[in-house]
Amino acid sequence: MISLTSPVRTRAHGWPAGAKLLGLCVASVVLFAAPYLAFQIAAALAVWVAYALPGWLFFWYGVRRIWPLWPFVVLLLIWHLFTAGVGEGAVIALRMVTAVALANLVTMTTSLEAMMAVINRRLRPFARLGVNLRAIELAAAMVIRFTPVLAGKGTALSLAWRARSSRRAGWRVIVPFMVLALDDADHVAEALRARGGIGLDNKI
Amino acid sequence: MSTERNVAQIALFTALIAALGLIPQLTLAFGVPITAQSLGIMLCGTVLGARRGGLAALLFVALVALGLPLLSGGRGGLGLFSPSSPTVGFLVGFPVSAFCTGLITERLRRLPTAPAAGIAAVIGGICVLYAFGIVGMSVALERSLGEAALLVTAFIPGDMIKAVLAGLITAALYRARPDSVWSRA
Repeated sequence: MISLTSPVRTRAHGWPAGAKLLGLCVASVVLFAAPYLAFQIAAALAVWVAYALPGWLFFWYGVRRIWPLWPFVVLLLIWHLFTAGVGEGAVIALRMVTAVALANLVTMTTSLEAMMAVINRRLRPFARLGVNLRAIELAAAMVIRFTPVLAGKGTALSLAWRARSSRRAGWRVIVPFMVLALDDADHVAEALRARGGIGLDNKI
Repeated sequence: MSTERNVAQIALFTALIAALGLIPQLTLAFGVPITAQSLGIMLCGTVLGARRGGLAALLFVALVALGLPLLSGGRGGLGLFSPSSPTVGFLVGFPVSAFCTGLITERLRRLPTAPAAGIAAVIGGICVLYAFGIVGMSVALERSLGEAALLVTAFIPGDMIKAVLAGLITAALYRARPDSVWSRA
């Protein structure tokens, strides 16, 4: 599966994931707490300089990820043009783009393994309360493996439909698709049990 | 009911929500594309029931936050969960929505499967989900709740069609695999 981590390796890739997440939380709170135009412009500039530092490829990757927000930016500016004034609209729009870009920056520079490790550490105290960490890890791994498998089966189903019908595959194709997924789940469950199961022993 | 079957069904349903967003060929009645995977979220509840359905949606949202591009169009990552992201409410609402949809389907056991699942999908998959979505949007864009609600009304007709389809699909699935439809078991 295509990952959202940046193709360009940056220095931030080596920083601890927990620290990056904490920093992101603090930065998001500060951005919300300071609705001043000058501050928001400075923050936006700082974030985009950070995007530009690892090079153009990284920068464009970041711009592409933030692009879906443009309708909201246009909407805010038009709305405020007729109501409170463009300045206030610009503050909200800038804050939105900066905060989302900053969060994307963390995703782009942190591997999935590092993120999982942070979640695992945070969930460990709950293991005593009966949360089965192994089950969660296994489920996450299974989703990563089965998403492309199911997407392939779904594509095959709709192609099979098109081979037999002049009309496009509509919602009806979802039923056999889900039957496939449910049967797969039963087979996987049997296979897991045959290999010793997940086990409720959280101390492993 | 074994732990293995629980985990496998939750994981496969999470993958199913993601796969529903990846297959480009699927279009619903009247050409409404299956986007935002809201149909998948509804089906989580109507098929797996409150607990398992809610957990499947929670796993989906958690993996998107960790950086897997599971949302339609290959989107994902922490940016979508920033309080400034206009659509954050919908993502946060997914697990609650699936849970409520499942709970209502389970409670409406006296009705036939299709109407029970359809009603549950409208209440859980539309009312509950939009309540979260509208609050999130009003926070991100600093608009009043009414103004935020106005912005999302355009998507409600499409979701109504999806709720009807969720009912029909659940009923068909119950005929095909009665043991796997937990909301009816």
